[in-house]
Amino acid sequence: MEIWNIVAQIFPYAVAFTVPLLITSLGGLFSERSGVVNIGLEGLMVMGFFAAAVTVKGIEDLLPSGAIPIGLLAAALGGALFSLLHAFASINLNADQIISGTAINMMASAVTIYLARTFTGSGNIRIRTGILRRDIPWLADVPGLGPLLFSQTYWTTWLVLLLLAISWFLLYRTSFGLRLRACGEHPSSAASAGVNVYFMRYMGVTISGAFAGLGGGIILVTYSGEFNGSVAGLGFLALAALIFGQWKPLGVLGATLFFGFAATVANVSQVIPQLAVIPPLLLKSFPYVVTLAALVLFSRSSRAPRASGQPYYPGQG
Amino acid sequence: MKRRDDILVTSLLAVLLGLVAGALLMAAIGGDPLEGYTFLIKGGLMNIERIGNTLATAANLTLTGLSVAFAFRTGLFNIGAAGQMLAGGLCSTAVALLVSAPRPLLLALTILAGFLGGALWGFLPGYLKARFNVHEVVATIMMNWIAYWTVYYIVPARLKGAYLETESALIPAAASLKTRWLDALFEGSYINLGILIAIVSVLAVHILLKRTTLGFELQAVGYNRHAAESAGIRVERDMVLSMMIAGGLAGLAGVSFYTGYASNMQIGVLPSQGFDGIAVALLGATEPLGVFASALFFGVLHSGKGFMNAMTEIPPEISDTIIATIIYFTATSVLIGRLWRGWRRKNAKRRAKASPEGEGA
Repeated sequence: MEIWNIVAQIFPYAVAFTVPLLITSLGGLFSERSGVVNIGLEGLMVMGFFAAAVTVKGIEDLLPSGAIPIGLLAAALGGALFSLLHAFASINLNADQIISGTAINMMASAVTIYLARTFTGSGNIRIRTGILRRDIPWLADVPGLGPLLFSQTYWTTWLVLLLLAISWFLLYRTSFGLRLRACGEHPSSAASAGVNVYFMRYMGVTISGAFAGLGGGIILVTYSGEFNGSVAGLGFLALAALIFGQWKPLGVLGATLFFGFAATVANVSQVIPQLAVIPPLLLKSFPYVVTLAALVLFSRSSRAPRASGQPYYPGQG
Repeated sequence: MKRRDDILVTSLLAVLLGLVAGALLMAAIGGDPLEGYTFLIKGGLMNIERIGNTLATAANLTLTGLSVAFAFRTGLFNIGAAGQMLAGGLCSTAVALLVSAPRPLLLALTILAGFLGGALWGFLPGYLKARFNVHEVVATIMMNWIAYWTVYYIVPARLKGAYLETESALIPAAASLKTRWLDALFEGSYINLGILIAIVSVLAVHILLKRTTLGFELQAVGYNRHAAESAGIRVERDMVLSMMIAGGLAGLAGVSFYTGYASNMQIGVLPSQGFDGIAVALLGATEPLGVFASALFFGVLHSGKGFMNAMTEIPPEISDTIIATIIYFTATSVLIGRLWRGWRRKNAKRRAKASPEGEGA
């Protein structure tokens, strides 16, 4: 019972931490499934974080109720637009995708702080509005699960879960998804079947930009409230979750939830005596260690998209 | 010779495009790019103290740049220089704070500890790559964050100073890379023995790659693993060794940064020098001497930005933006290369057309 209480106590925090991670990781899934490695997720998140902060700050006085949805839209748009740089380099110019992704990460944190400084003087942008946590009517009253899953939730959590469901459907039940995955496995076969590999890869990267941007925006309007130029490695954690989840939507859901819990336990372990016995170092580095372990375990049978990271040259098999 | 020219042109074009992007950003916020760049360069070079600061910054960048460049030359992408730098910094800080010995011995131990710490952090990705074919990019990213959290918890627990929980105690003078003669020579700048470590490392890597069998072997493995294997090279051992040397070099950057430039270790920071090292390596075309040159250039950008920010309205992040843009353009150097070759071909044609008439006249 005591354990249950602890879980119930930290669950909302863990979910709040997991959601941006989940949507970003899911974005990475689209990109890698289309054949483009995207280690720029961190930078794309920062870009969304920034776009949301500027937008919400700009309109929160005029339009208090619409500021957050519009801000999140701006975050997704900002991420998508910025990801085009990576798409152009990787898809049209056959650039090294790792280098391009690194450039995206460095550019995002430098440019956003640069611009934030000129807007606000300091590198930070603080917003006054945030999403209020709400109980879901009826469901919140269900004993046991109600308080855990349906009370005091952010609406963005449900939005992200909806996007997860749509992504699953899109990837596995539509021809778009089949084509996208084909481009990540065997682009020249896809091309000979009439698929436009360039277009599909652009879609993959742009969706990853939009989702990662949204992830950054969600950080702002849920638990952060202030843009500070960094998402503290969450983009890389999302990348780890993508690998640990073996490039599958449900795997990614499980992995991000797992990582979200580990990180939250590490954060609160000092105030909850039952958890203080676990060294926080182990909990914090746990996602990275298990990802390395997963890579070793699955090294013979990895589900990584086969053509991920390789440029596509038309006419080569 | 032709390849050399191409590389030089690509690098210079990437720099030029980066500077143009920086100028556009300066103009975008109402700044004057010419003034901005003038103060940026002045801030990096206008007196002997500032030159010392630029050299001190360049020392750190040279070492991370060498780390990435060495890995590149042996066919590995080391994106983990930041983590290796932290690991090296942590080990050398621990030695500097906990060991008492005469200064020369203590310095040698500090430097050695830094190298070994970085090498250890490079060992695992190298081993996983050699043994299980785990991609070193992913492995080194994971190692970066493991290092980040290791420092985050070990420094406050074991190495903290009297007051702050977020940083280690100050490095004692006996273990610091700062020395009196360099201080006197550069009028009290940040410069320290790190610059000598960097120069020695540049020469050592140059000799290793160009003049030794081992260096030849390591590069052969990077060039074609299977060919190297059938030539009797122990591929797995060599991969691990390459990654350990790369890690060790980044570890030395940790020594030079934390026990020289910064004088203690802060927690909660993944050092940006690790990623700047990628830019340094690429811009220097992965040649040790090129790495040193590009580290000097980035050193000016970094050490001049504070002065520029004081004299103008332009935020200091402009330097980081320029560096990031340069990386982007070196990544897309294919396009730049294509444009350059196209231009040269066109030029050659024009000259070929023009020359008979030219001779006639």
